[in-house]
Amino acid sequence: MRAFTYERPVDLAAALVAIGQPGARFLAGGTNLLDLMKVEAETPQHLVDVSRLPLDQISEENGGLRIGAMVTNTALAGDSHVREHYPVLARAVLNGASAQLRNQATTGGNLLQRTRCYYFYDPSTPCNKRAPGSGCSALQGYNRIHAILGASDACIAVHPSDMAVAMMALDAEVEVEAPHSHRRIKIADFHRLPGNTPQNDTILGAGELITAVILPPPPPGGQVYRKVRDRASYDFALVSVAAVVETDGERIRSARIALGGVAHKPWRALEAERQLAGVPLSDDALAAAGETAVKGAQGHGHNDFKIPLAARTVASALAEAAKQRKA
Amino acid sequence: MPDTILGQPIDRIDGKAKVTGAARYAGDRRAEHPAFGVIVTSTVGRGTINKVDIKEAQAAPGVVLVMSHENAPAQAPFKHAGDRHARPKPQLNGARVHYYGEPVALVVADTFEQATAAARLVRVSYQTEMGAYDLAGNRRFAYTPAELVQGKPDSSLGDFDKGFAQGAQTVDATYTTPYQSHNPMELVASLAQWDGDRLTVHCATQLVDAAHHSIASTLRIPLENVEVISEFIGGGFGGKLPIYGDAILAALAARQLKRPVKVTLTRQQMFSVTTHRAATIQRVRLAAGTDGKLTAIAHEVMSQSARMDEFVESAAASTRSMYAAPNRLTRHRVVPLDMPVSDSMRAPGDAVGQLAIEQAMDELAYKLDLDPVELRLRNEPTEDPEKHVPYSTRKLVECLKRGAAEFGWDKRPSVPGTLKDGQWLVGFGVAAAIRGNYRRPATARVRMDENRHVTVEMDMTDIGTGSYTIFAQVAADALGVPIGQVTVKLGDSSYPQTPGSGGSFGAASCAPAVHDACMEIKKKLDAGQGPGNLQAEVKSAPGEEFKKFSQYSYGAHFAEVGVDTSTGEARLRRMLGVFDAGRIYNSKTARSQLVGGMIWGVGSALHENAVVDQRYGLFVNHDLAGYHVPVHADVPAVDAIMLAGFDGKSNEMGSKGVGELGICGAGAAVANAIYNACGVRIRDYPITPDKVLRGLMRPANLAQQR
Amino acid sequence: MTVDVGLTVNGVRHDLKVDSRTTLLDLLREHLGLTGTKKGCDHGQCGACTVLVDGVRKNACMNLAASLDGRGIVTIEGLGTEQALHPMQAAFIEHDGFQCGYCTPGQICSAVGMLSELKRGLPSAVTADLREAAVDMVEAEVRERMSGNICRCAAYPNIVAAILDAGKA
Repeated sequence: MRAFTYERPVDLAAALVAIGQPGARFLAGGTNLLDLMKVEAETPQHLVDVSRLPLDQISEENGGLRIGAMVTNTALAGDSHVREHYPVLARAVLNGASAQLRNQATTGGNLLQRTRCYYFYDPSTPCNKRAPGSGCSALQGYNRIHAILGASDACIAVHPSDMAVAMMALDAEVEVEAPHSHRRIKIADFHRLPGNTPQNDTILGAGELITAVILPPPPPGGQVYRKVRDRASYDFALVSVAAVVETDGERIRSARIALGGVAHKPWRALEAERQLAGVPLSDDALAAAGETAVKGAQGHGHNDFKIPLAARTVASALAEAAKQRKA
Repeated sequence: MPDTILGQPIDRIDGKAKVTGAARYAGDRRAEHPAFGVIVTSTVGRGTINKVDIKEAQAAPGVVLVMSHENAPAQAPFKHAGDRHARPKPQLNGARVHYYGEPVALVVADTFEQATAAARLVRVSYQTEMGAYDLAGNRRFAYTPAELVQGKPDSSLGDFDKGFAQGAQTVDATYTTPYQSHNPMELVASLAQWDGDRLTVHCATQLVDAAHHSIASTLRIPLENVEVISEFIGGGFGGKLPIYGDAILAALAARQLKRPVKVTLTRQQMFSVTTHRAATIQRVRLAAGTDGKLTAIAHEVMSQSARMDEFVESAAASTRSMYAAPNRLTRHRVVPLDMPVSDSMRAPGDAVGQLAIEQAMDELAYKLDLDPVELRLRNEPTEDPEKHVPYSTRKLVECLKRGAAEFGWDKRPSVPGTLKDGQWLVGFGVAAAIRGNYRRPATARVRMDENRHVTVEMDMTDIGTGSYTIFAQVAADALGVPIGQVTVKLGDSSYPQTPGSGGSFGAASCAPAVHDACMEIKKKLDAGQGPGNLQAEVKSAPGEEFKKFSQYSYGAHFAEVGVDTSTGEARLRRMLGVFDAGRIYNSKTARSQLVGGMIWGVGSALHENAVVDQRYGLFVNHDLAGYHVPVHADVPAVDAIMLAGFDGKSNEMGSKGVGELGICGAGAAVANAIYNACGVRIRDYPITPDKVLRGLMRPANLAQQR
Repeated sequence: MTVDVGLTVNGVRHDLKVDSRTTLLDLLREHLGLTGTKKGCDHGQCGACTVLVDGVRKNACMNLAASLDGRGIVTIEGLGTEQALHPMQAAFIEHDGFQCGYCTPGQICSAVGMLSELKRGLPSAVTADLREAAVDMVEAEVRERMSGNICRCAAYPNIVAAILDAGKA
């Protein structure tokens, strides 16, 4: 780890000032930042510890939910309101990492997790995300865990979060603070595709701090989070699907589909959702939606299997969600 | 049965130390004013170092030493010949780079944090050469090794081609197994300390005696000036048979700095700086008559070997003994690659060999429309088919029959893809297990004081196997004292010489020595001496029985697996192993080892795969997030039954090896269960969701999923 | 850069000056000599360094000591001693919930933290009904919740048996 200075500001205002120092980064749970600092994929000169800022509350707001950025994964998944009304979110969070990490990782930090691409973690190899312009080792290398949607020639990494996939299906918004600004960003806009600047995972500006995630009122219908992985637990997704399906028993009223493990950002399958609205519930309709969800997907060799896997997992998650028929 | 503490499921005598954190592993050792060393590794797979620029690192805060081949002290040269683990292991001794991730420098600083940061500041430039990293792609360079641990590289009997042609049904299939990494939980670490010209090294080694020789010979100092201590070892599995750069570099740096130096590998470095299990390509050909009797067996193995140091993965060795067949053929070839050094990993040869042959037997059973348990029963030999000597003991038939009964094998769906449980297709699989039984010379020293307290001393190790406990049991039994009156001291080169822990030979080699030394004490007691001030040191060695008899331990695995019809995820649901390992010293610790071995088999079937980037020769997924070993959630009910037994040909105590038996065949049982579940046959391990999914999507299989 | 850190470890207050880079794991092991907490990966990928921070199980390797100023830590050494074992430690011995013992302190600390999470009704990925306020301590729950603690010896079945046994008490 490269040397850095450390401070723990007393309040939000002080934190937003402190982050103005050269090479400064916010530290919250640290479960990813510290991990990356140890391999020098991240080399902050100054850490601004925001883990004790009073941003750890979950409260109801306009029929939805306001989740403080410092709410831990454990607290989020354990919240009775989340369990009752946003089970897809609770499930997604519980499917991520380990209990120890969830006890520490925060909501804001989870959104800012960086990719698990092997090459990103290994400074001995080229990586455009870690060292812009050095090249992408994964493109012609071992890319079994990499993106099939929205990738670029510069980067085929995927976003590793489970939580963000559920939030994508729930149309969450990210609340962001800077010394002289306050904004809300739709989660669909928060993470970006790699393009030619894969070093930027999100649209966050310098010095901006996530203070909360806002959930709109829970969508009608059954909610399912399905994570496909090599191990039964403690493993990143090969593919994951957050599905919300509302039916009248025979017809699909509405559906929401978000995918993880397939792109540089949590991926919303809007066309597949539109295709399902109002059609009779059938295995064929769900399978077709799965196919639509991966339309235009491109494999890079080792990850070709993700295309049919994603399609099938979408269909299976939709079927499970439709079965729940939650009003 | 006599009333004896031998065999009893007593708690580990080192248990309290382990559950309270009091047990000291190498990296836990502390010294006055220590310095911390961090190794820098190569970032090319093959080439020559142009220059090691240490200026920046040397100037970094806290740095007290930067060592590279340009300034490393002279050491004994590397030797290809001799005991692989006892020979010199010189470090930083030249500009050649033999593999990606080879130590090229050491940075020592006052603190771990300083050394770690400064290690990143060492700039190494290379003249890179094109390396060979792909096993299949370089098969044309395969050669025949001089020998295996088990004998000649090739064997043949009868006329294989003729026997194969005679078969009513045949299997001709190629199986591949990937590189695997031991990944013991304990990182390899050493603390070296000099007192004048005397060196003490606390290190993590399975073989104290070999480490002792290796360190002394590398540094070219007298054996008696070196003490190697390895009191607790956080898992070995073969990965701590050799010593590595940490031990030698810590010793060199400590000598130069006149200060204790601790060097610990990172988890990432464990993949390349320590050894691994070689990848293999195995062709298995089986032929049988309609009666299910094999007419021919061929098992041909190609494995990776580091170009700098040969190792043969003897995957077909046990095939020579397993089943009866008049016509037989085994072959071993190695392909030299510019990869890190391969060596033994839990049941070397047998573990991967049985992933292939035991799956091939399953394939043959389906072709013959014969129950796979029955197929194995019909090919039970009466003597070792190639050595033409009797088996010392062999209870494979009993293992299979008992296992089938206890597991409920009769509930197995006879047609794949017909048993459904919600989203899951469920299948049963069976595989047999065979593991070579070994014994080496060992010496034990036993002392008794005036209070009849017994102390046993050996340079043997306990790598989690239960050595401390079973030797206490052996001594307590032999001398008729309560086990609380026995102290067992292991893991120090100042104690009598043993082979250490490897090849499952630890107990079979050392227990007789302990027993015999105790008997000497007993004789003295009977003669009226003591009880105080009694001491006996006895060497025990294998005799002719290893030539006169074919010696193996055996088992049978039964696995139930579910396969998700949408995603291809295969998950173990339950598993049972029945084992024949002769006399068991402690049924609790032995069962733990067997169950652990079985779970290793599950991991090799479903998860483990150290992937090589063919461009660089780099193990890409070199950490515990990328290299998957089973976690709690992957392991439902797994149990092991040990048949009562006694193999007096193995040793006078009647025991055979246990530690590696559990993994043998276990992964094949899982693979066979996957086929039984969903009709997808995967011959390329590990059987990950992508491969199963591809199979599920084949038209022939789509029908079954309805 | 050095930072001042005040921590209570196993009931004992320590005021230290440490490198800002020092993790809780290295602080325990190298500064306080509490080597029961093990380093298995240093990246939150194995669980060998699991300790209790204000009663909550966390990976010591993923915490900067600096950010824990004022916190209370319990390590394996603080749970029990050879003379007075914690019930979880005793259960691990009885059920042979370890072989090499290296992951064991982490498994035990994790198990203790896990039982308190269960008591608080926190759900896991395998909890069938998230709306239920109470979760049963069954094998599948224990396995999922302990999955952050890798045991390469694969003593898993025995560990789960030990935890179920100790958890009943």
